Amino acid sequence: MGVIGWTWLLVAASLALQAAVAVRARARATADLYVAEPTVRPAVSGMATASDWISAASFMSVAGVIAFAGRDGAAYLMGWTGGYVLLAVLLAPYLRKWGKYTVPQFVADRYYSRGARVVATGCALVVSFTYVAAQVRGVGIVLAGVAGVRMEAAVALGAAAVLAFAVLGGLKGVTASQVAQYLVVLLALVVPAVLVSQALTGNPFPPLGLGDRLTAEGAARLRAAPGAHLLAALDAALRDLRFPAFTAGAGRRADVLATTAALMIGTAGLPHILVRFFTVPKIRDARATAAWALLFLALFYASVPAVAAFGRGLLVASVEGARGEAPPAWWPRWQEAGLVAWNDRNGDGVMQLSGDPARNEVLVDHDVLVLAEPELAGLPPWVAGLVAAGALGAALSTGAALLLVIASGVAHDLVRGVVSPRLSERAELWWARAGAVLAALGAGWLALRPPGAIAETVAIAFGLAASSFFPVLVLGVFWKRATREGAIAGMIAGMLFTLGYVLWFKRVHPELDIPARWWLGVSPQGIGVVGAAVNAAAVVAVSLATPAPPARVQELVEALRTPREAAPEGVAAAAPPGR
Amino acid sequence: MRRDVKGAYWRANLRYIALLLGVCSAASFGAGVLFADALDAVTLAGFPLGFWAATQGSILAFVALVFAYVRLMNGLDRRFDVYEE
Repeated sequence: MGVIGWTWLLVAASLALQAAVAVRARARATADLYVAEPTVRPAVSGMATASDWISAASFMSVAGVIAFAGRDGAAYLMGWTGGYVLLAVLLAPYLRKWGKYTVPQFVADRYYSRGARVVATGCALVVSFTYVAAQVRGVGIVLAGVAGVRMEAAVALGAAAVLAFAVLGGLKGVTASQVAQYLVVLLALVVPAVLVSQALTGNPFPPLGLGDRLTAEGAARLRAAPGAHLLAALDAALRDLRFPAFTAGAGRRADVLATTAALMIGTAGLPHILVRFFTVPKIRDARATAAWALLFLALFYASVPAVAAFGRGLLVASVEGARGEAPPAWWPRWQEAGLVAWNDRNGDGVMQLSGDPARNEVLVDHDVLVLAEPELAGLPPWVAGLVAAGALGAALSTGAALLLVIASGVAHDLVRGVVSPRLSERAELWWARAGAVLAALGAGWLALRPPGAIAETVAIAFGLAASSFFPVLVLGVFWKRATREGAIAGMIAGMLFTLGYVLWFKRVHPELDIPARWWLGVSPQGIGVVGAAVNAAAVVAVSLATPAPPARVQELVEALRTPREAAPEGVAAAAPPGR
Repeated sequence: MRRDVKGAYWRANLRYIALLLGVCSAASFGAGVLFADALDAVTLAGFPLGFWAATQGSILAFVALVFAYVRLMNGLDRRFDVYEE
């Protein structure tokens, strides 16, 4: 059986498993649609959070971005893990203590304002929608490249699959299958990484194999000297072709700093992750859940740099100097899908890679690398099938969780919360479904015109979350004086600033999207950190210029600061029975 | 809880947060980006140190930090008698 056969088999098996769990736990009432079961232990809810988290961006795109950007791409690793430190210390326990179900509800209560709720909901919709589009693109790439479906049809199928997942399961259904889902995705990344690491370096542990010496077989595959260190051999091969060294990157320091920071604070402002912490049983569970989630993510991300380096090395060795009329075996399917291309600039019939854009003949979509890596490494076809199944699972579960944020935003926060408070449960469920369907359609449209690699599109979603939610949430907890007017101004200013910057470089003037033209040297992926600063400045300035929040709200904020009220001192002595 | 006791609890929490976020920044923005080139001069087990800090070391530090925060805060909650059973 070939790669395509194995892919369909493993995809069908994993989808059947997840569909079975989802249908069994099918949402019957709206409360079930939004809220995870309240009684799970922190380690379990941490794993479920990790599973919600690992999307097509983490699974197939981060390794691709790192493969081509080298050390600069580590911004994604540091940002997406460091964000959990911010989440644990700045937000999770306090949001839990507040005890609401969604981010817009928290904003509405803390900022005593329906207007703030509407603005927060709007921001959540924009963030989640951008993020969903990236997931739909991920499903499309898998179906188009691995399973040989046409890209447009593949994206349409992707949107339909994400939608079916969300509407059938609800978060409850998704939670029920999340632990299994996490394990499937982890295995789908780690098993191929172990096999490649073993083949190239003889070290079966990818995080260490990355630094190890090449075996004779590995050296032959990478066309390097046996016994050389893998990273040194990769750096040398790339330098020969005038690319920046893998371990150094292009050295755009301002952008790496900005992108890392934007992804960190975006992580801590992401509605579909925050919602997890509203529903854990205890405040200390909220801290522990964030810690466990990060641990499970670290297990996953530990292999990602290795997958990136192995993939880049194998790609260069496979393509550079190949005859155009007899391309490598993995090439034609991806070419048909339009995700790799060869343009024989000098007409010599040979495929040539170069760090000089004027001489480079080969274009490879960054998101292809992880999927193609098993074949590049000469692994059996079931491995490529496993990777494809893992990528689909990651995209579908995250996409579904995000569609639920959109559905609840439309139905619960907008229609019931603002337009028609006496909406029946049934009608609310229909509004939720309508919102999800519309979002899926829009996401399919955007997925065919993506602003960049999946991880880059997701990074933009994070930048939007960073510049709309994070400052308003953190100041809401840590600064009693933050007012309704300040919050509304902050969210609008941050969102408009970041959205404007992104649209300018991605839609209005895509030809200007080069480092020399970026403002302060910060890419659209990293601008969210500036947006967050704009937001925070607006909150502070406008809050100080407007009347302080009502005493009731200030007391509530005060109460957030302790997990529970301690027994008043000397209660027993002061109030003896019968007095 | 008396107001000054409550204030002491909150200040202790803020000190922990500042400490942890400081270490978090040093590991990522410091070792992983700003000083990565300097650290790259040292190679350990086949890894240039700055590259290792950016791709693996910082993540290990983050994991240690969040679990440390869980422990520190559980201790603080007990000391101030606000621990949830």
